[in-house]
Amino acid sequence: MAVRSTFRAASLLALLATGAMAQATHPETGDPLAENQTFSWRILDEVPTLDPGLIEDVDSGSIARQLFEGLYNQDAQGNIVPGVALDHTLSEDGLTYTFNLRPEARWSNGEPVTANDFVYAWRRAADPATASPYSWYIDLMKVAGAAEVVAGEAAPDTLGVRAVDDHTLEVTLTQPIPYFPQMVTHYTTYPVLQSNIEEHGDAWTQPGNMVSNGAYVLSERVPQERTVVTRNENYWDNANTVLNEVSFLIINDENQGLTRWIAGELDATDVPIGQFPRLKEEYPEEVHAVPNLCTYYYAINVRPDSDPALLDVRVREALNLAIDRDVIVNSILAAGQLPAYTLAHPATAGYEVPEVPIATMTQEERNTRAQELLAEAGFGPEGEPLTFEIIYNTDQAHQQLAVAIGQMWKQTLGVETTLANQEWQTFLDTRREGNFQIARAAWCADYNEASTFLDLMTADNESNDPRYENPEYDALMEESRTAADPQPLYTQAEEMLARDMPILPIYFYAKDFMLDASIKGYAFENAQENWYAKDMYRIAQE
Amino acid sequence: MLTFILRRLLVAIPTILILIVISFVLMFAAPGGPFNAERPLPPDVMANIEARYGLDQPYAVQIFNYVKNIVLHFDFGPSFKYRDQTVSGLIAQGFPVTLTYGTWAFAVAVVFGVALGVVAAVRQNTWVDYLATGSAIGASVLPNFVLGPLLVLVFTLWLGWLPAGGWYGGQWQYVILPVAALATSYLAAIARIMRSSMLEVMNSGFIRTARAKGLPMRRIILRHALKPAILPVLSYLGPAFVAMITGSVVVDVFFSTGGIGQYFVNAALNRDYSVIMGVTILVGVLTIVFNLLVDILYAWIDPKIRY
Repeated sequence: MAVRSTFRAASLLALLATGAMAQATHPETGDPLAENQTFSWRILDEVPTLDPGLIEDVDSGSIARQLFEGLYNQDAQGNIVPGVALDHTLSEDGLTYTFNLRPEARWSNGEPVTANDFVYAWRRAADPATASPYSWYIDLMKVAGAAEVVAGEAAPDTLGVRAVDDHTLEVTLTQPIPYFPQMVTHYTTYPVLQSNIEEHGDAWTQPGNMVSNGAYVLSERVPQERTVVTRNENYWDNANTVLNEVSFLIINDENQGLTRWIAGELDATDVPIGQFPRLKEEYPEEVHAVPNLCTYYYAINVRPDSDPALLDVRVREALNLAIDRDVIVNSILAAGQLPAYTLAHPATAGYEVPEVPIATMTQEERNTRAQELLAEAGFGPEGEPLTFEIIYNTDQAHQQLAVAIGQMWKQTLGVETTLANQEWQTFLDTRREGNFQIARAAWCADYNEASTFLDLMTADNESNDPRYENPEYDALMEESRTAADPQPLYTQAEEMLARDMPILPIYFYAKDFMLDASIKGYAFENAQENWYAKDMYRIAQE
Repeated sequence: MLTFILRRLLVAIPTILILIVISFVLMFAAPGGPFNAERPLPPDVMANIEARYGLDQPYAVQIFNYVKNIVLHFDFGPSFKYRDQTVSGLIAQGFPVTLTYGTWAFAVAVVFGVALGVVAAVRQNTWVDYLATGSAIGASVLPNFVLGPLLVLVFTLWLGWLPAGGWYGGQWQYVILPVAALATSYLAAIARIMRSSMLEVMNSGFIRTARAKGLPMRRIILRHALKPAILPVLSYLGPAFVAMITGSVVVDVFFSTGGIGQYFVNAALNRDYSVIMGVTILVGVLTIVFNLLVDILYAWIDPKIRY
């Protein structure tokens, strides 16, 4: 009898427990949780790699962010919050950061995460033998010795990063960088486990082999079909992680992505170009447009051997003024993009877009001014006729814009344009070598600070495709690095660009996507789109 | 016969080698490289990466090493774009996928294509013929990048019967739409070849004799006409089978099957040199093997052919 009643008590408890599970609520928001805690997200192509030291693209980064955890994470607004590091102290000269690591952090095999794992990962990323396409990031963080290590002139163990003890990491920089803590949220800085990599070699990123320290572990990887990550039971904050499984489905075609979303095969997919207004009407709760830290612009070749007409700043300014950005963002793109007259994205943290003159004019005023400038330079209807070629990488959206801009130039200025599309790899070569007059370009932030955009136009930047070279500009950017408040310098730099016009900024990106209404906790306000599945959950729906 | 097969296999070796050399030359003649990116790599970093993949060697050395690794170790090297994957791994994962839906598509195309062609020929100039010929022409002008979305619209969005994409290990519901999208145009081509060949045979002397003897129509078609009429179809089937089992870029990309069909285009666009070579060699070898098989089948079916 006693045995039976214990048994009954136990089953009653179990019943209560399952009952509680079915009606589980989110620990913070109190939302009722769905039983099915999975989330699926569309990506464009098989990701090149899940090795944090080798990653160079957004989609690989999105998966790695679930698998690994760096010193700091970002919250839904993009602010830094503790990750493996609880906090840090900074030396008075601003050159030495000392991070205090969380003692309870664990790898998925149960081993503790230590400062040495970061030291190993950072050295490995910079080591020429790793052949990482992102090794320059360690240099970008101005870690002492990084440039020499990347160039193969110094051994990786000379890098300015050291484990004081298991839970204290010390990083030495060559110059103070105010936004350094932001930079250690980046995947290149994630820790990796030396013994794991040495055991499996290049195959360590395969499911079954990979040991990671994030909220999830890699469970499936089918090239060009899907990658699946599941909950990491050893993650230090596993108790507060709600989603059990996240799938990354590879769907190359965005229209097919939408179809599959409508069919309920996945939770999140991109809005195909031009369909935003219609979808917004049909699915008002599930279509989102959020700022995305990228700027779309036309680069004008200003090398000394370029077209003489383009070397005349009045011609460049006329071309700039005659582009009707409102038509582009409201009628052609129509998905939450913003007109751009300057380079750095307005959603960049701590950055204010300077008001350059063109931004406050009406389009009529701009057109009149453009015609005057062109006439002054001796071109246009009464002067010498102009024909420019716009090159862009093969893509319908780029073509649409080029056609529209060509049309605006023709109507307002009488300037003829020819269009040439090139497939991506060829296009990159052409642009880099300067075999163009006007080239489509875009830049996305590597980190959430305006210098990631403004550095583009410094003389020694490899992506300065117009080849704008202005020592004054370079000096401004150099000064901004150590300035307590860099905003006035950024304002000057933007004004300089708006005056010299090596580029014609066109619009600031927005990311528009469909997200199933049951998914909560997505980082809408994180302008770098750094979302963490551990902060998301699926609510029960009636 | 045996010497014929041996001779053909021996010729295959230099053919494959020439294929490799031509592909290499074309590949390196294209501008750009696998490691070009929006943010150009600093020269030191680029040098490190090129050294890792042996791209700093002279072309002749690269080709030699490449062939050597295949012959000695059957190693096609790592993918340049998908750094976590080897070429052999990508093919080992993707080829079974295309082999599955390709073989099904082949079976569907042959069975229905031949049947449609025969019926159309036998009932020439009746409504059956018009219907068969009409739908065959319709199917052949309907490219699979149009057919794919149409199928999804009907079977996923309207009827809700089948998933719009994914493979999930080749469960049947994920296989049907890729098979339908791939089979249709081949089916149409087979039907047209079969119909005209069948018409020719049906008008030849020995069929007239058979009819004069009063043999039943069913017997004439199955026993006497089908075998000679199928020969032109057969020569079409060799290359078609290879094309189908190596998949289609449209089917793979549209239905996210994970098959190797997409690499023919993607690898070239990505300048993923090792993957380009891997799939080229795979198709080269399969083409040689299946053309040989077709020739052997020919000899077996058609007594006029001797080696």
